[in-house]
Amino acid sequence: MKRYSAFAIAKNAVNYHRGWERAWAKPEPKPEYDAIIIGAGGHGLATAYYLGKNYGITNVAIVEKGWLGGGNTGRNTTIIRSNYLQDPSAAIYEKARSLYETMSQDLNYNVMFSPRGVMMLAQTEHEVRGYQRTAHANALQGVETKFISPQRVKQLCPIIELSGPRFPVLGALWQPRGGTARHDAVAWGYARACSDMGMDVIQQCEVTGITQSGGQVTGIETTKGVMKTKKLGIVVAGNSGHLADMGGFRLPLESVSLQALVSEPVKPCMDVVVMANTVHGYMSQSDKGEMVIGGGTDGFNSYTQRGSFHHLEETVRALIETFPMVSRLKMLRHWGGIVDVTGDRSPIISKTPLGGCFINCGWGTGGFKAIPGSGWAMAELMSTGETQGLAAEFGLNRFQEGRFIDESVAAGVAH
Amino acid sequence: MLHLTCPNCGQMVDETDLHAGGQAHITRHGAGASDADFEDYLFMRKNPKGVHFERWRHVYGCGKWFHAARCTTTLQVFGTYSAQTLTPPKPLITKIKKLRPEWEGFEK
Repeated sequence: MKRYSAFAIAKNAVNYHRGWERAWAKPEPKPEYDAIIIGAGGHGLATAYYLGKNYGITNVAIVEKGWLGGGNTGRNTTIIRSNYLQDPSAAIYEKARSLYETMSQDLNYNVMFSPRGVMMLAQTEHEVRGYQRTAHANALQGVETKFISPQRVKQLCPIIELSGPRFPVLGALWQPRGGTARHDAVAWGYARACSDMGMDVIQQCEVTGITQSGGQVTGIETTKGVMKTKKLGIVVAGNSGHLADMGGFRLPLESVSLQALVSEPVKPCMDVVVMANTVHGYMSQSDKGEMVIGGGTDGFNSYTQRGSFHHLEETVRALIETFPMVSRLKMLRHWGGIVDVTGDRSPIISKTPLGGCFINCGWGTGGFKAIPGSGWAMAELMSTGETQGLAAEFGLNRFQEGRFIDESVAAGVAH
Repeated sequence: MLHLTCPNCGQMVDETDLHAGGQAHITRHGAGASDADFEDYLFMRKNPKGVHFERWRHVYGCGKWFHAARCTTTLQVFGTYSAQTLTPPKPLITKIKKLRPEWEGFEK
């Protein structure tokens, strides 16, 4: 792999940019791999990357039914934060956030990580108390957050309306090191790095079956043929239930549609991420100038990658209340992604009833922020086969044992 | 927008008048049940890509619960029926089988 650098741009400019090589190879599937990852989204690619980087396992295939990063990795609102309440969540999300800081250098691919700061508005007395509690918990966990006053909120985000008609802003939980990153670049950067390590990123290859023998996984059947492996990682977000069905086990999650929308580009007017969970709207401005807006989930199971219109209306109503200036903006695009939601709103990184088969799912409405940490933990689990480290608390058995990681406040609504 | 007919009051209403109540026909396990059964009852869900049976409540109407059969990939509604039953009615099953020959059935 030729490294990207300012020098490389200058050198290629001389040849009218005809000398660039493909960012990642387009391989044909091999009959057998040491490990196979199903799903070439951020989490799947990160898992493969850390399998290679941290554990030296590079005979790996990452199979994807569509194109890489075409699922939720390309459909989220790119917010990165780690201000969760419980210790296991804070550990994995903070690991992810810290890995984002060095990701561009690590992958030699500009993921445009922008630690512009994330604030979560408190608009009821209960929210004030809840976020103060989170700030104290974060202080103990070593995650830098602070509860700030409405005046400070206005200072950080001048376009905000503090005295809204229904819910005035009473303060905010502020994480200065949170921010955003270019979502596609995260998938592309990981894919390029994986391809460089000799891994096969196989796109347009849908898994149609999981083969097993004596309770152990033996391989997968796909639209591009059969591939054998003894280690299988399922990292497919909304389609987890579908794949689990092929593996012969059930999961404690349901798939719903989550919507987002983006406005026409405007001049820079907002250099922080603002989340308002009570009225349910959240917004940030992309580098192109578009206002990126997160909506709500449908209440019912869906695999449609589109959502109900009345949720859009609720979201826009909340935004106009919080940021009156957006009322004149035209919305350019609107889309939905399928998110897999667990009972305690925390992910599952776990062994499964099928030997050699591991699953990473249940990130629900907020997986983008966790991509590097999730991959790191999943790689650790897949290489050692032991539940330890970051993934330790996120096992499937927690639902039977009642060891929930309750994040419904931090993760239930906005991301 | 999703439209369902409430079998209790006969009105065809859109989803803003309704509250989704999740998977229908879950076996309830209580005191004395094994951990696995209780986990099944509380957390394990079918989450199918295709035909799904669900509980709905007509909150801004008659206020009563009912069941609906719906496709999770196309949002096609196959029918709604009373919640006073342990299994979906036979005519509805037959109708779905006709519309979706590849469907593996309610028990799957």
